[in-house]
Amino acid sequence: MSSFELAGKRLGADVMNMNVSNSAIKKGETLIDTAMTLNAMHPDILVIRHADSGAANLLSRKVNCSVINAGDGWREHPTQALLDAMTIKMKIGKIEGLKIAICGDIMHSRVARSNIYLLTMMGAEVRVIAPSTLMPKDISQFGVKVFTNMEDGLKDVDIIMMLRMQLERMDGSYIPSTREYYEFFALDYKKIKHAKDNALIMHPGPMNRGIEIDATLADDINRSIIVQQVEMGVAVRMACLKILMENQK
Amino acid sequence: MKSAIINVRIVDTKNNIDEIGGILINNDGLIEACGKKVTKDNIGDIEVYDCKNKLAIPGIIDGRVFASEPGFEYKENYRTLSQAAISGGVTSVVTMPNTNPVIDNVSTFDFIKRRARDKSLIKIHSLASLTKNIEGNEITEFGLLKLNGAVGFTDGIKCIQNNNVMDKIFNYGKNQNALVIQFPQDNELSKNGVINESLISTKLGLKGIPDYAEHLIIERDLRLLNQYQSKYHISLISSGKSLEIINEWKGKNLKFTTGVSINHLSLNENDIGEFKTFLKLSPPLRTEQDRLDLINGIKNGIIDIMVSDHKPEDEESKRLTFQKCATGASGIETFLSLALEQYHNGNLDLKTIIKCITENPAKIFGINAGSLEKGMPGDIAILDLEKPWVVKREKMQSKSKNTAIEGRKLQGKVEKTFLNGKLVFKI
Repeated sequence: MSSFELAGKRLGADVMNMNVSNSAIKKGETLIDTAMTLNAMHPDILVIRHADSGAANLLSRKVNCSVINAGDGWREHPTQALLDAMTIKMKIGKIEGLKIAICGDIMHSRVARSNIYLLTMMGAEVRVIAPSTLMPKDISQFGVKVFTNMEDGLKDVDIIMMLRMQLERMDGSYIPSTREYYEFFALDYKKIKHAKDNALIMHPGPMNRGIEIDATLADDINRSIIVQQVEMGVAVRMACLKILMENQK
Repeated sequence: MKSAIINVRIVDTKNNIDEIGGILINNDGLIEACGKKVTKDNIGDIEVYDCKNKLAIPGIIDGRVFASEPGFEYKENYRTLSQAAISGGVTSVVTMPNTNPVIDNVSTFDFIKRRARDKSLIKIHSLASLTKNIEGNEITEFGLLKLNGAVGFTDGIKCIQNNNVMDKIFNYGKNQNALVIQFPQDNELSKNGVINESLISTKLGLKGIPDYAEHLIIERDLRLLNQYQSKYHISLISSGKSLEIINEWKGKNLKFTTGVSINHLSLNENDIGEFKTFLKLSPPLRTEQDRLDLINGIKNGIIDIMVSDHKPEDEESKRLTFQKCATGASGIETFLSLALEQYHNGNLDLKTIIKCITENPAKIFGINAGSLEKGMPGDIAILDLEKPWVVKREKMQSKSKNTAIEGRKLQGKVEKTFLNGKLVFKI
């Protein structure tokens, strides 16, 4: 959310950052009540991140201003996908025809879903790689290729997008241990050899170093474009805010 | 007072009647005669209801209803439930023990019985829980509760997980000839799940419940039942796979029956659209193929009864995110009309539908209703089979208006409802 706050401030907006879970909702206020309260303050734009899928939809039906979904449950994180696409475009110059592998906890990842929608729409070949316990049902119908091992999945890819292991969202035995996960699904110098020689590494952050990605590899300036993603994050969010404001007039 | 309904098409599946005739009701509100011999000319000078071009069926028995009383009176009470029921031709309901406190002992059961007697117009047949406080550990007093009038035992919205407890339920239940009713769903496989596990759950980013969470339990229960030959009823099924398993066991001379919610015959997971919380049901709505399979299950007689699964929920508990909102839909008053959809679209014949909501539930729960022969109580629903109408929340009688079929165009509506021979509802 800090990138949204910064984006707003750079554009000269009055930005108020509310951590609702610490205040009203804990006291029993529902999301709709919160929406009504915020609406009464006449904001131009509401940016919402919520642990429940569909929260932004629900909020947008109750307020008069524009609503940006900054992540809802496992469902979508559209601005992350936009900034990822933008980063790829800046680095490689195109998206169409690229082979992009999204690896890790696909099931609990809104970043994966939004990226699949956007990148396939823009003509990339998207692959998802995860142990089958972390693969959501019927994901192949999203138009992606499904792999359950890194060696096959990474073969000849241009971009490797690593996802954070969402340990807090695991409510069963999806993987036996982070140690085993690291051995088979983390990105390290050995596994990256299966990808194209100049393949780039992305990660939406925050990273679990040593769980889904080798710490040195994550900092490898020849490979990792994670810092550029953060930079682009602010730019893309500024663009979203600006476009929404211009269209309100 | 003596009265008669005449010129009406009578459908009584138990007595294999489908003819134009009349129903004569005596001073005690019992049926004295029924059929083509009852005409205007041979009933004398009594109150007459001429129901030409209408259909008379036994008052509907709804086998799965949450009355919400005691503990959740803000969702529904016996009075509002009765009004909703009679406007849909329902005269008897089997109510769930998921109240606060839970109906798990004789004194609470007795309280419910008295409360229902005083406040309810329709006939309440309460179930008691299988285990104390529906915790799935210790069995309730089947014998004493049965003596008090419990028509069966269920944990309602919860399923017995522990194999040993289930084994003892069947074993002891046999001694008391108790009807054991299971809501089949594995707790761990369905944990935090809110929707069918499928492409839809993946798209909506919601935790899914796989269909095997259901048939795993059904399979276990039927294996246990095979040891004891006690009486078993599967409260609700939602998938074609469950049906397959039930069909496999049907031939093995076990005493068990199966129910399905009208919601699962009329809706599928696609209807949830963008997080329509009124369609969050338990078990979850499944695929279109499952829906078609379930309709076939009714047609082939593998499924015995249809229920409304009437679960009133106040608006506040539905105006939350899909993940957090309450489960269930209010549906007792639209039950029959929605069932008739399957008749109008040619999926099921009229007699099959009526049998599944009158004769069969009467038999399963041992209720003195569901047919129109001499001596039966005058519980009768008169309906206009063709009348078109649209479901509107604001017109609903139930205290909670959480219908899953808002705006649906239906055909066929109840015009009059008789309870113990007395006209209690007319349109």
